[in-house]
Amino acid sequence: MSALERLKGWEAMMLALLCAIVALNGVWSPYFLSVGNFVNLFQLSIEKSIVALTMALVIIGGEIDLSVASVMGLAACVMAWTFHEGAPMPLAVLLALAAGALAGLNNAFWIAKVGLPSLAVTLAGLIGYRGVARILLEDRAIGGFPDWFNTLGQQALIGPLTAAILIFFLLFVFFAIVLHGSAFGRLVYVVGSNVQAARYSGVRVGLVKSALFVGSAFVAALAGILYAARLGSVRGDMAEGFELDVITAVLLGGVSIFGGKGNLVGVGLSLLVILNLRNGMGLANITGNTQNDVIGGLLILSVLIPNMWQDLHNKWKGRET
Amino acid sequence: MTWLQRRVRPEQIRELSLLVLIAIAIAFFGSFIDGYYSFRTFNRIASSVAIITVVAVGQTLVVLTRNIDLSVGSIVGFTAYFVGTLIANDNGINPLLAVAIAIAMGAGLGVVNGVIVAWGRVPAVVVTLGTLAIYRGVLVDLSGAKTVTTDSLPDWLTGLPLVNVAPIGNLDIRPLFVLAVVIVVIFQFATTYLSFARRFYAIGSNPEAAQLVGLPMRGVVFLAFVICGALAGLAGFMFLVRFGNITVEAGRGLELSVVAAVVVGGVNIFGGSGTVAGAMFGAVLIGTLEQSLFRLGISEFWLDAVLGLLILLAVASDAVILQRLRALWGGAELKLVAKEADSVSGERRAPRP
Repeated sequence: MSALERLKGWEAMMLALLCAIVALNGVWSPYFLSVGNFVNLFQLSIEKSIVALTMALVIIGGEIDLSVASVMGLAACVMAWTFHEGAPMPLAVLLALAAGALAGLNNAFWIAKVGLPSLAVTLAGLIGYRGVARILLEDRAIGGFPDWFNTLGQQALIGPLTAAILIFFLLFVFFAIVLHGSAFGRLVYVVGSNVQAARYSGVRVGLVKSALFVGSAFVAALAGILYAARLGSVRGDMAEGFELDVITAVLLGGVSIFGGKGNLVGVGLSLLVILNLRNGMGLANITGNTQNDVIGGLLILSVLIPNMWQDLHNKWKGRET
Repeated sequence: MTWLQRRVRPEQIRELSLLVLIAIAIAFFGSFIDGYYSFRTFNRIASSVAIITVVAVGQTLVVLTRNIDLSVGSIVGFTAYFVGTLIANDNGINPLLAVAIAIAMGAGLGVVNGVIVAWGRVPAVVVTLGTLAIYRGVLVDLSGAKTVTTDSLPDWLTGLPLVNVAPIGNLDIRPLFVLAVVIVVIFQFATTYLSFARRFYAIGSNPEAAQLVGLPMRGVVFLAFVICGALAGLAGFMFLVRFGNITVEAGRGLELSVVAAVVVGGVNIFGGSGTVAGAMFGAVLIGTLEQSLFRLGISEFWLDAVLGLLILLAVASDAVILQRLRALWGGAELKLVAKEADSVSGERRAPRP
């Protein structure tokens, strides 16, 4: 099976799974197939979905960014703190985005320039950026943002869609073009599948990796701000532990943890599968905890079953010849 | 110098650079904190590091084989809770039996990880990210959100953390610390001198070669996960001993501290190099920083930010020191290259597994 066929097989599998879940949910609950429910379903974890897009790029590039959830928290706290100190809201938002970009530059410096493993650097980032967020807010919760900001997070902007959902779709299209339709996207795959070969072919590996980490942190900061707008208040421990959910979604989307393989269509499908699954289970009164079990199991089975199938296939073929 | 260079490779003394960093940290904090050089400081750091260290030893074995086990935090919570419940229901249970049950429980969870990784050919990150959620989920579902409380535990268990194993002057040696040291010593010697345990290194540093030599790849990876699970189970028991009150949230997020200890300890995350002792030093360095920053009177809100920065600096300076040593050794090797071409260790740029 060629890589392309395998990839297509994955998406077909996810699509079939998605259809099955949607159909099952539709039969199960009459409320499921309503526009309101679908919007709700998207809205409830839209921030994780946004971060999953850049995480997919980072992992395809052969690296990992564990600091995203802390950057989300950091950006939200920077925004809340500067607002609390009397800065106008737009300035606070800009500063929060700048803080995110700065965190990304910091990651990029240690990974691309010094050459430390991204797992170590972003693990330190996970602890450190969260720490900075805590310094700013201590144990306070800051709310009382201007109305337009809260409205942005909570009210529909165009039709039934909120700003965060629109931003998700825009970013999805943008990153799909970057990854699958631009020279930079090809470089991400090249660096991810064989970093030595990339270096010897004159690819500026450091630059590609830097762009990935700055982009990842910047988008995480944006997601953190959107999360703050949706919740209406900010705390130091906001978005804690999100990184594992985000990575789970990306891996379920068929992106290889070893880099160089995967695409955004798969990630989009996996996001839909997870959302529909959670929503359906929620409607069926299954607790969030059991939902985690099911998604964890799905993550393992999604790789295990094709592997076992291939083993059986090979065995059967071997007997034939 | 060449005599030294011929006998010792930089990789063999990389733990030294960590010891130097620990010494610098202690000297630094000692000059700022009154009465820092005391047995209380030692005990405080030792008891906070013991649990992380035991889990980090198992994690090291897994990481050596180019895998990772993210489910250890859930395994620790799982065993701490269920063994705690078991003891709370039957206070007369034999202590050794309780420990054995904890280890067996952890090993059982490790078997699940190991089978899926080794025979299912599913990447370890994927498997253990899944089981991280599943083990915790099963724990929450089965527990019915009850907690184990110190009151319900027998005296021998609640008193264990304060037992003094070997009184040397004012120094109290605690059982948890002794246990952690024993585990580290056993595994350090095993992975250095037993050919059987060298297989972890062989598989991680060059899987193709290891396969050609005929090593049972799957068996070794499986074994690494089982040992890691068993040690996490033991750590779960230690967790129970240390804290007494166990909720279903016990050990959540522990996997990140353990991976941090392993990475700071110089174990190559891409497999094949690093030592158990290094992982322990990593845990000690992080534990020292954590406890000392706390005693320095730094606001608790500053703790994480400084800790993150220091971990980064530790990893970076470790890399720089090692690089310098290699450069130093590299010069010597150039002179020897005609005679000992095959002994050139060189820098192994690990490919992604």
